[in-house]
Amino acid sequence: MDLQNYSHASTSQGAGLTTSVFEPWNDPEAKPLIHFQNVTKRYGEFTAIDNLTIDIYEREFYALLGPSGCGKTTLMRMLAGFETPTEGKIFLAGQDIAPVPPNKRAVNMMFQSYALFPHLSVWENIAFGLKREKMPKHDIGDRVEAMLKLTRLEKFARRKPHQISGGQRQRVALARSLAKHPKLLLLDEPLGALDKKLRQDTQFELMDIQEKTGTTFVIVTHDQEEAMTVASRVAVMDHGKIIQVATPDRIYENPNSVYVADFIGDVNLIEGSAKPNGKDAYALSWHEGHEPLTVKSPNVFSDGQKCHLAIRPEKVSISAEKPAEADNAVQGRILDIAYLGNISTYHVELPTGTVIKAQTANTRRIARRAYTWEDTVWLSWTATAGVLLAE
Amino acid sequence: MRRYFLIAIPYVWLVALFLVPFAIVFKISLSDYAVSIPPYVPRFDPEAGIGALIDALDFENFIWLTEDDLYWKAYLSSLKIALISTFFTLLAGYPIAYGMARAPEEWRPTLMMLVILPFWTSFLIRVYAWMGILSNEGFLNQFLMWIGVISEPLTILNTNSAVYIGIVYTYLPFMILPVYSALERLDGSLIEAAEDLGCSRLTAFWLVTIPMSKNGIIAGCFLVFIPVLGEFVIPSLLGGSDTLMIGKVLWEEFFSNRDWPVASAVAVVLLLLLIIPIVLFQRNQQKQQEADQ
Amino acid sequence: MNRMSWFNAVSLTLGFAFLYIPMVILVIFSFNESKLVTVWAGFSTKWYGELLQNDAFLNAAWVTLKVAVFSSTMATVLGTIAAYVLVRGGRFMGRTLFSGMIYAPLVMPEVITGLSLLLLFIGIGLDRGVLTIVLAHTTFSMCYVSVVVSSRLVSFDRSLEEAALDLGCSPAEAFRLVTLPIIAPAVISGWLLAFTLSLDDLVIASFTSGPAATTLPIKIFSAVRLGVSPEINALSTIMISIVTVGVITASLVTKHHVARQKREEQAAVRA
Repeated sequence: MDLQNYSHASTSQGAGLTTSVFEPWNDPEAKPLIHFQNVTKRYGEFTAIDNLTIDIYEREFYALLGPSGCGKTTLMRMLAGFETPTEGKIFLAGQDIAPVPPNKRAVNMMFQSYALFPHLSVWENIAFGLKREKMPKHDIGDRVEAMLKLTRLEKFARRKPHQISGGQRQRVALARSLAKHPKLLLLDEPLGALDKKLRQDTQFELMDIQEKTGTTFVIVTHDQEEAMTVASRVAVMDHGKIIQVATPDRIYENPNSVYVADFIGDVNLIEGSAKPNGKDAYALSWHEGHEPLTVKSPNVFSDGQKCHLAIRPEKVSISAEKPAEADNAVQGRILDIAYLGNISTYHVELPTGTVIKAQTANTRRIARRAYTWEDTVWLSWTATAGVLLAE
Repeated sequence: MRRYFLIAIPYVWLVALFLVPFAIVFKISLSDYAVSIPPYVPRFDPEAGIGALIDALDFENFIWLTEDDLYWKAYLSSLKIALISTFFTLLAGYPIAYGMARAPEEWRPTLMMLVILPFWTSFLIRVYAWMGILSNEGFLNQFLMWIGVISEPLTILNTNSAVYIGIVYTYLPFMILPVYSALERLDGSLIEAAEDLGCSRLTAFWLVTIPMSKNGIIAGCFLVFIPVLGEFVIPSLLGGSDTLMIGKVLWEEFFSNRDWPVASAVAVVLLLLLIIPIVLFQRNQQKQQEADQ
Repeated sequence: MNRMSWFNAVSLTLGFAFLYIPMVILVIFSFNESKLVTVWAGFSTKWYGELLQNDAFLNAAWVTLKVAVFSSTMATVLGTIAAYVLVRGGRFMGRTLFSGMIYAPLVMPEVITGLSLLLLFIGIGLDRGVLTIVLAHTTFSMCYVSVVVSSRLVSFDRSLEEAALDLGCSPAEAFRLVTLPIIAPAVISGWLLAFTLSLDDLVIASFTSGPAATTLPIKIFSAVRLGVSPEINALSTIMISIVTVGVITASLVTKHHVARQKREEQAAVRA
């Protein structure tokens, strides 16, 4: 209990810091810690990484997000030194790391399986990397104690990995990989083996530790919620390519493609053709006999270009009567209602056959609802609620 | 570089002490017998070149193997003994493996240990144990006469029956273990499903249990059949003078007749005979591995 | 589900009776007063006394033990390297031949292995004795060790080795500090298997031994060919007891270890 309050308090503080001050990617002067230059990795016929260029800055918490097989793990293993690029170069602090073997890199990795050495105690696991550096004995002791304290494992120092719980093992793996003061820490699905409740607590703890140590973290995950929670920037990957790199809020609010919009959270897609209508504004014809939709979008479209309006369910309002001053309002029929406790999701079929999801918070008792299955309702949203995306 | 050094150590060892000796056996099998030390005359020397080699090449010893009916009778009889004893080992081993797999879970490690224990005990001693049992005044005859089944002692020792008993006894663990591991993995709900769908106990056994343990049965049969084909100790201790097995023939050819070329030719033919079951066995193992993944 | 049917009970009883009665009889008659192995004439331990007086047997036992210790140790080193190369070595020239040479001796009839090695030793003019038996035993038992160790390596979580490299180990250190301690039980059972195979081997030893070095199985075989004798029963009893004690101890230790690990894991989950 104690832990939870503590981590929540510290993260709200941390979050404030990261969003207001920490944006090295917008600073043209900033030198990236990691620079991938046109990196390609092929296994025989299969291309795992396809001509990829990215920058990761110091102190960043960088998330690689994508479905399994998208190349995110290969990318991470190239950073650790277990794979070498087929083409292109990887720079760490300005130095090409291709010739450096994994045991000589200032990069440490936290493995998905944790890879704790089963024959060594927690203490010895954490000290393992330090001993390889030929660090003096008492310095090793101090460093291990500090890591145990950081991860709150002091009581378990003498235990073997099989004598501690899954959450504790995860913290040992973290402590072990941080012990050597790496310039860069790689985390491969670090929370994948934990149950949901523990995972949420641990996410905040991870951010807290990253904040305290100032280490650059690169995390690989397929869980979009996890990526959004912990990362300063999220890179969405697919088929060996980076689709979009942006802060979590931009990824969610301004996805640059249908793929990203669909991968991150729930989204409604309405197909139509765009017609420019003033600065950044478009009229989207979506169905004959219906008024075009008004959209404000930073993405530029030519007259008549086919595109999708992507709009999040929580930005769509639902009402029994036509709302008086909405930018956009369409009529539809309720197909389904998913009651999730705090919110309800309505599946509404438009005359085109497209089903739109609308989410409302259940601030009233459910019995007071003005509409139910098969009712005709109005869906409405503002011009800035969605984005226009090319096909 | 280090990596190649590491690979080279066992590689060179096996080439020198496994592959080269075979080449020598093959070479000597093509040589002529001579009363000397070593007792053979090489058919060719490597310096003479490949042409001379082909000129000198004859398969005299192999032709000899086909002409003297001792050899092909020995091969046939080895095959027959190996086949029959494999069948009996399966017959004896399957119920034991089945019983083990159906035994309460806390018993299984102990039962397993009881099967493995004889495997660690000397093979020679286990064969020897049967000599005292099967002889004319042995325990088996004493017992049978005591219960009154027979009035005269049966001659079992030094016959093929004793060889069969010895083989079944010594190779039983090789049959039980793979069959047991196949049966143990068998999901009990499959049998229940079969019974639920109208099978009787016995038909469920035939239609579900046996097919599901097929790979274990095949593996066990090969594990018995292959080594039995070249068996020497059992036929020479329990078998009689008329028990023909190729391992024994090879031994006698080598140690008693000192005819190395013929002994080598016998070895080469035995190896050729074994290639088919070995390849089949490997394929079965591979299939099972793939199925496991 | 866990109830034993009468059929299973009967087949298990008969099966284990078949496996164990011959050995029990063998042991009982090693304590027989009479020279006849089949007729009971009262309890006596005199055959054990005679066995201990028999220098030929004691010498053979000593040779066998020496051969077994040397060959199993060498076989363990070579077999472990071979397993590591097979499982972790990736692709290299002649890999198929290599794995073939590892598996072939397992199914090779002993008479052929023995014959071929003897011809090699004669060919290179090596005098037959303890050395040649050790070489022969090392060669065939390293393949068994390699099979045991590689089956452990296959299930070995490779990320443990990668973690060691990641934390600064050279590949050799990673093997010594991480891989070897974890696969140690498989290496030890490989050694035990090689040791037993060497103790047990008659055929290959007969081919590769010289007049100076006779192993116990060769000695037993030549004695047994002449018929049963209570001295051999006494010797067999000693060997059976050693193996039995060894196997039971090993299985109790394993059982205890597994049970403790399970208990500790459960305690960790509850905490």
